[in-house]
Amino acid sequence: MSASHASDDHANHGDEQPLVGHLVPMSVLIWTAIALLFLTVVTVAARYVDLGQFNVPLALGIAVLKATLVALFFMHLRWDKPFNQLVFVACIAFVVLLIALTVLDTGQYAPTVFDGNPATVQTTLDEYAPDAPIAQKTGITSPN
Amino acid sequence: MTAIDANTNKTPDKVDHHLDGHESENPFQAHHFDTPQQQYESAKLGMWLFLGTEILFFGALFAMYTILRANDPEVFSYASQYLNTILGGLNTAVLIVSSLTMAAAVHFAQRSKKMLMLICLWLTLFGAIGFLVIKYFEYEHKIHVNLTWGPGFYMPVDGAEAVMVGDDGTVLSVVQEDALAVSEEAGKLAAEAEESLPDILQPLLAPTPPTDASSIEPAAIGPGGLSAVDPEAKIAADRAAAAHVEHSDKPHLEDEKLPVNTHRFFAIYYAMTGLHGIHVVVGIVMIIWLIVRGMKGHFDRRHYAPVDLGGLYWHIVDLVWIFLFPLFYLIH
Repeated sequence: MSASHASDDHANHGDEQPLVGHLVPMSVLIWTAIALLFLTVVTVAARYVDLGQFNVPLALGIAVLKATLVALFFMHLRWDKPFNQLVFVACIAFVVLLIALTVLDTGQYAPTVFDGNPATVQTTLDEYAPDAPIAQKTGITSPN
Repeated sequence: MTAIDANTNKTPDKVDHHLDGHESENPFQAHHFDTPQQQYESAKLGMWLFLGTEILFFGALFAMYTILRANDPEVFSYASQYLNTILGGLNTAVLIVSSLTMAAAVHFAQRSKKMLMLICLWLTLFGAIGFLVIKYFEYEHKIHVNLTWGPGFYMPVDGAEAVMVGDDGTVLSVVQEDALAVSEEAGKLAAEAEESLPDILQPLLAPTPPTDASSIEPAAIGPGGLSAVDPEAKIAADRAAAAHVEHSDKPHLEDEKLPVNTHRFFAIYYAMTGLHGIHVVVGIVMIIWLIVRGMKGHFDRRHYAPVDLGGLYWHIVDLVWIFLFPLFYLIH
């Protein structure tokens, strides 16, 4: 091993550089982790604030921000080849597409069809816990 | 190490552009690659394609989560109280810190700092094991109070007493009876019920009075468009129920506020966190492998791709948890 006295953040010495790929300075990694921990505290705190219908978008927005930080800095995507970036972004785009189209379809059906306990659940309740409040809920029910 | 040391004086430029026909002096370069650059980029592209399939893999479960939550928002608002936000938050922090140490291990591997790289890999390993230990305590408690999927969720927990309530409304109960026997019984019952399904469904096929909502005869079991229940009213009622969840310190089966189909929340909870947990176990095996190879001196600034790609895998595990945490633990 070659000895080098370059400091952690300024590893410009030839022997301290990777042969291939990009070296992310330790300071960038540490700041990324601090930002991630901070955003975790923010998202936990946001849970206790009533924002009505905006609670879910806020929590997801913070999660997307955190995921972006992880991908850009921890996963080196900021300095990676454009094709690798494309693979990552395309996969996320397809997941979003899958969920969006599924929600469009789900939205066309009333979530009301199954209004009672599923059959197997009702059987279990009748057998083991007939006095449980949930056991009284009968109605149009799903087969499982 | 002698082979490596013999080559350390070579400048990156000389090795980088070694396209003049003869064999590279780099002992880590496979013969079917022209340059270390090409070898590294091929490996990295392969890893990103694999991570892409992982994203799609989890994406399907996220889609299922979306359907379940869209259909039963009140179930998710209610059941989330049974998850321990403190343990979940702790696990988030553990994963973020172990992601940092993993990224640092890659950083030190890139600079041929063997000892620092190994220390960082060990720290990452401790983080991964710590995550699973915390997860075990979460799972164990839930399984003991029958917070599981399927009919087992509706089995009474004998001898259970709610002793304390966490500050976020989490019910922490003490169970004397062996819950395993109970869940076995539930499994048997479920199997029996499945065999005799048509009989069970008979009473449910009783006609329900039609409303003005549809001129089509109501189907007892069928698509929502045929339902006799007014969809708009049910959606409004579900949303109202979801907005005002009252925390209870009773076991869930004795709670009169327990929404129908709450077991579905736990089904998707175990499916998603379980699949994530399997990825953590795979990550542990991978990190141990990296430590063993690292101790043998296999990684340095000219060849660190295994550490780099292992790091990418570990970060995607962190990335998935970043979404799981708010979606399950932080439902307002």
